[in-house]
Amino acid sequence: METQAFAEKGLRSALSTHTRPPRSSPLSASLIFWWRAMLKIKHIPEQMFDVTASPIMFLLMFTYLFGGALAGSTGEYLQFVLPGILVMTVAFITIYTGLGINSDIKKGIFDRFRSLPIWQPAFLVGALLGDTVRYTIASVVVVVLGLIMGFRPDGGAVGVLLSVLLLLVFSFSLSWVWIALGLVMRTPESLMAVSMIILFPLTFVSNVFVSPETMPVWLEALVDVNPITYLVTAIRGLMFDTTVAKEIGWVLLTCALLVTVFSPLTMYLYRKKR
Amino acid sequence: MKRHSALAIESHELVKHFGKVRAVDGINLAVPTGGVYGFLGPNGAGKTTTIRMLATLLRPDSGTARVFGHEIVREANAVRSRVSLTGQFASVDEDLTGTENLVLLARLLGYSRSQARARAIELLEAFDLVDAARRQVKTYSGGMRRRIDIAASIIVTPDLLFLDEPTSELDPYSRNQVWDIVRTLVTEGTTVLLTTQHLEEADQLADRIAVIDHGRIVAEGTSGELKASVGSGTLHIRLRNPDHRPQAEQLLTLNLGVPVFLKSDPAELSAHISEPERVTDLLSELSRSDIPVISFSFGQPSLDEVFLTLTGHHATADENKGAV
Ligand SMILES: Nc1ncnc2c1ncn2[C@@H]1O[C@H](COP(=O)(O)OP(=O)(O)O)[C@@H](O)[C@H]1O
Ligand SMILES: [Mg+2]
Repeated sequence: METQAFAEKGLRSALSTHTRPPRSSPLSASLIFWWRAMLKIKHIPEQMFDVTASPIMFLLMFTYLFGGALAGSTGEYLQFVLPGILVMTVAFITIYTGLGINSDIKKGIFDRFRSLPIWQPAFLVGALLGDTVRYTIASVVVVVLGLIMGFRPDGGAVGVLLSVLLLLVFSFSLSWVWIALGLVMRTPESLMAVSMIILFPLTFVSNVFVSPETMPVWLEALVDVNPITYLVTAIRGLMFDTTVAKEIGWVLLTCALLVTVFSPLTMYLYRKKR
Repeated sequence: MKRHSALAIESHELVKHFGKVRAVDGINLAVPTGGVYGFLGPNGAGKTTTIRMLATLLRPDSGTARVFGHEIVREANAVRSRVSLTGQFASVDEDLTGTENLVLLARLLGYSRSQARARAIELLEAFDLVDAARRQVKTYSGGMRRRIDIAASIIVTPDLLFLDEPTSELDPYSRNQVWDIVRTLVTEGTTVLLTTQHLEEADQLADRIAVIDHGRIVAEGTSGELKASVGSGTLHIRLRNPDHRPQAEQLLTLNLGVPVFLKSDPAELSAHISEPERVTDLLSELSRSDIPVISFSFGQPSLDEVFLTLTGHHATADENKGAV
């Protein structure tokens, strides 16, 4: 039969490799999963559209639509709002970490990875590393567009770099929350809904768009305990070269807290999946 | 002890619940090393759940299992380094190309960059996928999908390969290709555990078959043994007049003392017969009672009949339900 010939062709010789290579190390396994994330960006460039389109839209809309009303001049408002929009944009992108893992589980390839004799957390670490690239791209888009529109940070390149770095640390920590949810939720849609319910108030009830002094006292109190507020203040400080050591401290503490709570929880859920 | 080491899989009272559903309800297995072992059962029988437990993806609620002597929960990594799984659904990344998928998995298994690439090319050639190597898997046809799925499972040729419904929804040509791959794997020393809803497939490929229904093994053996357990043969009778069927049924039941099956055709009925010499008596009995027979046949029971006898419903009951 025709199919018989096909089977004989190279199959027999391709099946004679019963010897295993040495196990991949945790680091190399993580980097290989990172490579997978990069291939995904290459093959699904549409995904990057979300990453770039929404910050562009927000930046243009808020600066030119509300800038005059909120700060007297669009130029001045841009200086105020850009760090906030940067934080908001990247915070929303962190959801994709959870979504990616959730869809891998649904599709079945998660089973393939988990049946391999590899360091199991590499799958998560690689995904997180891959998302860091996404966060960086979004940050670059916001900053470059801002510069074109007239954003002039006093802190210079170093200030901007440091602020992006702080933002990456925060996003990495926040991602763990969505990964944990991604392992629990049944569908990407429900995961999306839950993360929106958490993220919308978190970003809007903050100092992203307006200074909290203009708000009612109770709301101002709420804004003052929001970690996003600290993060935005810290990033404004770094970009405009003012002292924000206290805020940076609070941000890092929040990150430490998120990671210590959610990474063990995630690992527990990950193991429990079996 | 010696006997144990020859077993690829050994399980004792494996149980898995999902909420109130007892997906797997006490499975005992002794799968010998070498050859193809078939899980035959309808949709929802618990085949996938059993395989997922054996491949260390799911923790049993109770019971134990060993794969090549390694306990599946405590020695999960040892099991993982001997087995490979081709799931029922997508088990490669649809967004990546064929080559990228194989290189990705080969790298994870510990091959260097150049070794991984060489191995990917070798497998793509062996599985007749060279032309599609640079295309995203989501553009593949069903048969190509299945081949890349299996190729991805044998980057390091496993000692035990789980194939979960490898040919469902394939055209006959692609199905034959998959069968050839399975047979070649077996000659190269891999033990294959294959699940199927199709009796023909189990009959064609499997050395031994476990018939699974509602999370339990209802029969186990070679296909010959299973058929024999139902009786040495089956008599099919077609009557001239469908109105005579109740009468004929009564007559057959009385004479044979075994259940008679009514076919969907109102003029047909069949029965399992352990003493072939009685067939002629029966036929003359029918003609004496003025029940004209148009045709009859007597032969080995099909696995479908085996299934019907063992479980009381057709192997493809679910599909029939959907069709009605
Ligand atoms: N993850 C799950 N959650 C809830 N129920 C499940 C899950 N997986 C399987 N089941 C149920 O367990 C039973 C057995 O399913 P499965 O092992 O997939 O059967 P098969 O592979 O033989 O078709 C079915 O009733 C199915 O609905
Ligand atoms: Mg199944």
